[in-house]
Amino acid sequence: MEKYTYKQEINITPELMTRINELISHYPEDKRKSALLPVLHEVQDAHDNWLSYELQEKVAEILNIQPVEVFEVVTFYTMFNQKPIGKYMFEFCRTSCCMIRGAEDMMDYTCQKLGIKEGETTVDGMFTVVGVECLGACGYAPMMQLGDFYKEHLTKEKIDEIITDCKAGKITLHDK
Amino acid sequence: MKVTIDGHEIEVEPGTTILQAARMIGGDLVPPAMCYYSKLKGSGGKCRCCLVEVSKGSEADPRPMPKLMASCVTGCMDGMEVNSTASPRVEEARKSVTEFLLINHPLDCPVCDQAGECDLQNLSFQHGKSQTRFIEEKRTFEPEDIGDKIQLHMNRCILCQRCVQVADQLTDGRVHGVMNRGDHAQISTCISTAIDNEFSGNMIDVCPVGALTDKTFRFKSRVWFNKPYNAHRNCDKCCGKTTVWMFGDEIQRVTARKDEYHEVEDFICNTCRFDKKDVKDWVIEGPRKFEKFSVINRNKYALNAPKVVIETEKFILEGREQDQKKISMVEVPLKTNGNSKS
Amino acid sequence: MGTKILLDKINIPGIKTYEVYRANGGYASVEKALKTLTPDEVTEEVKTSGLRGRGGAGFPMGLKWSFIDKKSGKPRHLVCNADESEPGTFKDRYLMEYIPHLLIEGMITSSYALGANLSYIYIRGEYMWVYKILERAIKEAYAAGWLGKNILGTDFSLDLHVHCGAGAYICGEETALIESLEGKRGNPRIKPPFPAVSGLWANPTVVNNVESISAVPWIVMNSGEEYAKIGIGRSTGTKLISASGHIKNPGVYEIELGLSVEEFMNSDEYLGGMMNERPLKALVPGGSSVPILPANLIYKTAAGEDRLMTYESLSDGGFATGSMLGSGGFIVYNDTACIVRNTWNFSRFYHHESCGQCTPCREGTGWLEKVLHRIEHGHGRMEDIDLLWDIQSKIEGNTICPLGDAASWPVAAAIRHFREEFEYHIRFPERIKNRDHFVNEPFEKVRNLV
Repeated sequence: MEKYTYKQEINITPELMTRINELISHYPEDKRKSALLPVLHEVQDAHDNWLSYELQEKVAEILNIQPVEVFEVVTFYTMFNQKPIGKYMFEFCRTSCCMIRGAEDMMDYTCQKLGIKEGETTVDGMFTVVGVECLGACGYAPMMQLGDFYKEHLTKEKIDEIITDCKAGKITLHDK
Repeated sequence: MKVTIDGHEIEVEPGTTILQAARMIGGDLVPPAMCYYSKLKGSGGKCRCCLVEVSKGSEADPRPMPKLMASCVTGCMDGMEVNSTASPRVEEARKSVTEFLLINHPLDCPVCDQAGECDLQNLSFQHGKSQTRFIEEKRTFEPEDIGDKIQLHMNRCILCQRCVQVADQLTDGRVHGVMNRGDHAQISTCISTAIDNEFSGNMIDVCPVGALTDKTFRFKSRVWFNKPYNAHRNCDKCCGKTTVWMFGDEIQRVTARKDEYHEVEDFICNTCRFDKKDVKDWVIEGPRKFEKFSVINRNKYALNAPKVVIETEKFILEGREQDQKKISMVEVPLKTNGNSKS
Repeated sequence: MGTKILLDKINIPGIKTYEVYRANGGYASVEKALKTLTPDEVTEEVKTSGLRGRGGAGFPMGLKWSFIDKKSGKPRHLVCNADESEPGTFKDRYLMEYIPHLLIEGMITSSYALGANLSYIYIRGEYMWVYKILERAIKEAYAAGWLGKNILGTDFSLDLHVHCGAGAYICGEETALIESLEGKRGNPRIKPPFPAVSGLWANPTVVNNVESISAVPWIVMNSGEEYAKIGIGRSTGTKLISASGHIKNPGVYEIELGLSVEEFMNSDEYLGGMMNERPLKALVPGGSSVPILPANLIYKTAAGEDRLMTYESLSDGGFATGSMLGSGGFIVYNDTACIVRNTWNFSRFYHHESCGQCTPCREGTGWLEKVLHRIEHGHGRMEDIDLLWDIQSKIEGNTICPLGDAASWPVAAAIRHFREEFEYHIRFPERIKNRDHFVNEPFEKVRNLV
């Protein structure tokens, strides 16, 4: 399996563990499994935005569940990445409301500018462009998701600016 | 409580589902069930083959239910009236579900070990069309090896999830499950772990199609060439009551005993299923009966069929020594115990 | 100007923070309910208000509350459905982002009415920054004593947490949401049992939309009767409408139910008319799942009456000539939009979001998408139109959850009202090669070819 060939360094820092324990405390003691989705988000954010099988097994261990229960969940939800992706992932909404306001043109422009196709990552591992389904910003189309935030009312100029900012390290991905 | 199905009245206990009530009546009005399994908790409701029309909700609330209901998960109410085969709407729905189940199915019955005892085959015979309207490319999955006992053929799967329930309810530590979603949902272990624990073999028996088959029986025979016998042995892990599938004096396969709805009477352990293939291990009780029209019955117990000798090499390849060497089974013994990967 | 119930304070600077919210009358409903009303009295007020679930189905909220099993003695839960993912809908996000304490206040009051001591807000994972906003707001509410043990010195205790999903439209279905909250795949459960009897961790649970819960504080403060005075007939109160598409002013608007569609579309207070003054072609009035309406059925019903923004008027004429209010995702299309492409787009969405549990939806949504993809890309056959009709009719009503219906309705309505466009795509594959094919040459101009 292709996915299995990627290796990831697992590092559950004490800060991350504190946060995980806080999330687990939101649920009754015998329902630790309920914390799975929030915990996976935190763990993924701390590990270059993807989850290797080893990392998923680690999460299973923390929550006292079978690894397969984590695999099942990770493969079900689209926000969990199972292989390495670019540092900055541009997720363009391409559902109707965005489409009719030119989302496809924006995505094409970005791909062209970065020299990749939809779904691909640049060679330097900086950018990934993907098309996703409705993100709930239909009135502010075209738009994309970048990390925890939305970039709305996109124009070509705005995309240029975002890419420049990314390269300069001026973009905050996660709200911690 | 009184329930009427297709005009047949029956008294049932509260909590009985429509499907169970129909099975109590028996006969043609029993809805087909691809995912429901009475011995597995939480099964049913998924395949939608057993849809029925409720023309009267109950004595207290006689309104008909607007939608067709999945009979396997809908409880009976007192005075309920149900149409199963009597309703054209139900017939139409079963046809469409059958069509949906088949559009992405590989239709590889000729090479499928399940053929002859396959619920999907039966369903297609009853409700399927002989043509397809699906001209798109079929969905396929990467093959996955799940150990030396069970062969997973995901392309044939209909996602009834019975095997997941078996793993949950019969074994400790489930290692496989449903991965991905939508029409890419698949039964998988994700990391190609071998599924192997004392009761994992029951996944094969509960699988309604050829998605999970016995690797030790793979390509050995066709089920209708085998003669099924009831047999038992003293087993400290399970009931030890099985059906052994014989070819001549050889036990080619051991399964649990299945009733008329193709549900096992008792789950059996992997030792009985995979490790006891010697006639001496078993007390043979007698031939196992199958429903009247089953293809398995085509095989006549009493008849002493002459041994068929296939002399391919001798006749077809006569005089072509080079070819003979290339495909000779004498020089390259054919491995049939599942070492080959599909 | 219509009455504003949810958005009346949205423009107050700093309303996001606890102090400003509290200074502007925030959390008064909690005080009033906990100190002067019994839980049943709160439920009664909500019943009187006629408030209908704002998530899409429009089920009366008070009635839903009254179903909760209080006899079993099991702990009860209230779960707020903030998994807003219906294409065209973005109202809940607006509420939570700009006035998070309103939802928290509603959650406390509603939990009190239901006798729930542990409640959750389930927010979609993509709204991660809103998740953090809510998380902080909840911390503020805990610090101010609105959450926790013995709120306001009464014996009512409530723990409220926010839980994030991770990208699955199906988790907006209440039983799938509960599964997801339990840390599982978002597969809808088979009903019955309904969540009101066996929901989260098999306890009695009520799941309500953000907008519905946010209306509760106003109802408690002003009485259900006052709420019922707003609106028309069984469509009481105000509704948030998320407007998008080819209009001048996209965004979230609060309207009194009963406003006419024409006024909503064209008045400057609301959408301000069509973008670039192009003609109106079609409207999806309630999120992608509801049937699309062609131009001639938007302002007037088939019976010639004014079309109003109410549950009843929008569905007037059934699916033959009507649609639904749904979740209030108001998507407007002008003449440059291609209905075939749009239908394919919606079908791709449902194909992508189907959970894969039951057969008709798992196989049918994929089939619909593939056929529509062929037609849109110039490889259609005339019989495909009937095939599409047949497939959608076989999905509808035969699935576990309403996603199957939601996937089939847009296809059915597109064929019903825009069949000619499908025929055009099939007969003239050369003319639709470019994805913007109707931008330069709207369908109206080439209709005579079909």
